[in-house]
Amino acid sequence: MRAHDRGGAVTAGCHEPGGTGAVTTGEARIALVGSPNAGKTSVFNALTGLHAKTGNYPGVTVSRYVGTCRAGGRGHVIEDLPGTYSLEPISPDEQITVDVLDGRLDGTPRPDALLLVVDATTLRRSLTLVAQVLSRSLPTCVVVTFTDELAVRQGYLDIDALSSALGVPVLPVVGHRGLGAPRLREEIAAWRSWPAPVLAPPTDPAELDAWAESVVAFADYRPAERHRATRRLDSVLLHPVWGSIVFFAVMMAFFQTVFTLAAPLQHQVESLFGWLSTLVDRHVTNRWLSGLLGDAVIGGVGGVLVFVPQIMLLFLLLALLEGVGYLSRAAFLMDRVMARAGLEGRAFVALLSSFACAIPGIMATRTLPSAKDRLATMMAAPLMTCSARLPVYVLLVGMLVEPTAGVGPFGAQGLVMFGLYLLGAVSAMAAAWVMKKVTDRGGAPMPFFMEMPPYRLPAPRHVLLAMWSSARAFLRKCSTVIVATSIALWLALNLPLHSPAQLQAAGVDTADSVTVSAYTIDHSYAADFGRLVSPVFDPLGFDWRINVGVLSAQSARETFVATLGQVAAAENPDDPAAALRTMAHQDGPRAGQKVFTAPTVAALLVWFAYALQCMATVAVIRRETGTWKWPGIAFTCLTVTAWLMAYLAHTITAALTGG
Amino acid sequence: MTVGGEGAVPDERRGTVVSGVSVRALADLAPGSRATVVEVVPDAAPGTARRLGALGFTPGTVVEVVRRAPLRDPAVYRVRDYEVCLRRAQAACVRTTGVER
Repeated sequence: MRAHDRGGAVTAGCHEPGGTGAVTTGEARIALVGSPNAGKTSVFNALTGLHAKTGNYPGVTVSRYVGTCRAGGRGHVIEDLPGTYSLEPISPDEQITVDVLDGRLDGTPRPDALLLVVDATTLRRSLTLVAQVLSRSLPTCVVVTFTDELAVRQGYLDIDALSSALGVPVLPVVGHRGLGAPRLREEIAAWRSWPAPVLAPPTDPAELDAWAESVVAFADYRPAERHRATRRLDSVLLHPVWGSIVFFAVMMAFFQTVFTLAAPLQHQVESLFGWLSTLVDRHVTNRWLSGLLGDAVIGGVGGVLVFVPQIMLLFLLLALLEGVGYLSRAAFLMDRVMARAGLEGRAFVALLSSFACAIPGIMATRTLPSAKDRLATMMAAPLMTCSARLPVYVLLVGMLVEPTAGVGPFGAQGLVMFGLYLLGAVSAMAAAWVMKKVTDRGGAPMPFFMEMPPYRLPAPRHVLLAMWSSARAFLRKCSTVIVATSIALWLALNLPLHSPAQLQAAGVDTADSVTVSAYTIDHSYAADFGRLVSPVFDPLGFDWRINVGVLSAQSARETFVATLGQVAAAENPDDPAAALRTMAHQDGPRAGQKVFTAPTVAALLVWFAYALQCMATVAVIRRETGTWKWPGIAFTCLTVTAWLMAYLAHTITAALTGG
Repeated sequence: MTVGGEGAVPDERRGTVVSGVSVRALADLAPGSRATVVEVVPDAAPGTARRLGALGFTPGTVVEVVRRAPLRDPAVYRVRDYEVCLRRAQAACVRTTGVER
C-alpha cells in the first residue's frame, strides 16, 4: 500500500488551501516519480528531512508533498508525486502525476528534472513505467531502492550497466536507512548534466517487452529469490482457517490496546485538566473570566487532549502493521466483505480506525486509489462508533437499562452497547453502499489491484515518524476547531450577562453559584435556541435542555454528558445520571412528566449513532475533499437520517414499553 | 456473486480452444498452478487491460496463482518477481495457456 512509504496509513502535515506555495523562483524543481511501494517517500524523507509541506492539489482529493533539498549549496524543490504503475492514469492521483509531468496542471510548472524511483526487486515490472517516464524527455536520474533486499535474496543488478542501458544516471539508495543519500544529493546538485533521453524507448507493448528484456539482460539482472519468510508467514496468515483466526486475534489485540492501554493515560490527562480548571477557579476571581478560561478553554483543550493517548496508540499500531506489511494482508482477507458495500479491502483499515475516531479514519482513506471509494469511505467513517460516543452511550444506556437486567448469561447493558456498535458498523456499510450506487452511475468501477509487499521489519524511526506526523495533524486540525466551538458554545450558554441586581430581581440567590448558573443557562442564547428548535425535536421526546445538550455536542460528542449535567444543574457533574433521572418537562403539554423516558433515551441513543455531531470531522472531510460540498452533503444526510431513525426508535420503544 | 473457483465446472466447458491450444482465464486456475499469458482482453472498465499490462501481465509472461482469500475472492498472483492481488473480475481478463501445476 502506498501509505507505507508515506510513513503510515495516515499522514499529514500543515495544510495550505490550494496547494503548497513552494514555487520559489530560481530553485530547481525536481519531481519524484515511481510506483507505490517503490520506496519513493523514504527517498523523499531522506532528501528533505522533516520539513516537508503537505497540501492538496487544487480541486482534487489528492495530497501534495513538497520539500526542499539542500545540495551543492543550493536549495532544490522536491515534489513527491503520487505513486503510479503507469502513465496511463486510471485514478485522480495518477492523473495528477501525468499532468505535472506534462506541465498541464495549473499552478504547477513542469518540473525541471525527474528522480525516477525503482524497486530493485520488482525491476522487471517497473521497466514499463521507466520507459513511459523516459519518453517524457525530461532530465532524469533513476534511483534504485531495496538493493539491500535484492542482495539478501540472492539477486543481482549491475547498476552501471543499467545506467548505460537506460542512458541516464542510476544510483542505489536504501531510503529507510539513508544509505546512498549523500551521493544522491551530489547528483541532484548536478541535475543540469542529467541527459534527457533523446531516443525514447518503444511504446508498442510487444516492442516494450523486448526492450525491457534487453535492458534486464544488459544489466546482468538476476531477480531476487522468493522471500522465504513471507511465503511461510503468508501460508499461515492468509490460510482460510488460521489466517482468519489470526486476523480476529489481531483485531482483538488492536482494540484491547487502543481502549484498555490508553484508559489510564486518558484518566491522567483528565485529572490534569481537572486540576488546571480548579486552579483557575481558585485564582481567577471574576466569575465570568474563570468560566471562560476554566470551562471553555481548558475544558475544550482537555476535551481534545483526552483522546490523544488513544489516537497516538492507534497511529502507532497502524504504522507498525503497515510497516510490517500486515495491513495489505488484512485488506486482502476483508476485500470480499467490503465488496458487499461496493468498497475494497483497503477501506477496511479506514473504517477500523474510525472505531477510535473518524478523523484518522478519514485521513486513512488516502490509501484508496479510487476517488469514489475514498468519498464513500469518508461518508461511512463518521457512522462507526467512535470513542467520543462511548461516554454518551454509557450515560444513556445506564438510564435505559437496569444494570442487573440480563438476557441469559449476558448483561442487558452490554447487549445494548453491542447493538449500538453493530448499528454503527452496519449503517456505515449501508452509507458506503448508497454513496457508491450514486457515484457509480454511468461509470464502470475502477479495476481492483493491490501489491502484496514482502513482510519487512520497519525501521523504528520510520514508525515513530509516521505516528508523530499523524498525531500532529490530528492535534492541529482538531484543537482549533474544537476549542473554537467550545468557546462559542460556552458563550452561547452564558450570555447574555446578568448583573447581580437583575439576578436578585428575578429572585435568584446570588450567593449560591449553582442557582446562578442554572438561572444563567436557563436564560441564555443557547436556551433560546433550544426552545426555538423544540418543534423539530418534540416528536423525538427531547425537551429544550436535551436540545441544548445536543447542540453543545456539536463540538465533540462527549460534551453532551457535561452539558446535560450543567443544564440540569446537577450538584455533582461527575454523576449527572442521578440528577437527570428525575428531570421533568417544565412546560408544554408534557409538563411535569419525566424527560428521560425509555422512548426518549432510545431516540437519543439513535440520534447519537447517526448525527454528524463532530465539527472536527466536518473540517477534516472539507480538507480531504477540498470542497465544502461533501461535508455539506454528509452533514445534511446524516442529520436527516438521525432524525428519522430517532423518530423510529422513539415510536418502536413507545409501542414496546407502552409509554 | 462469483461462486466456485477451480474445479467447479469441468475444464472442457471453461476453456476455449485456439489452434489446438487450450486457453483459460487466469481467474479459473487453481492455486499453485502456473500458466503463460496469451492475451489480456478489455472488460467494462476503461483502462483495465492496459493497467494489467503495466502490472506485468503481458503476453508471454509466466503467472503463478499463489492463493485465494478465505472467502475465495480476491486471489494473489505472482508475476514478474512480485505478488499482486486481483479480484476475479480483473483476473478473468487475463487469458492463459500451458497450465501446469
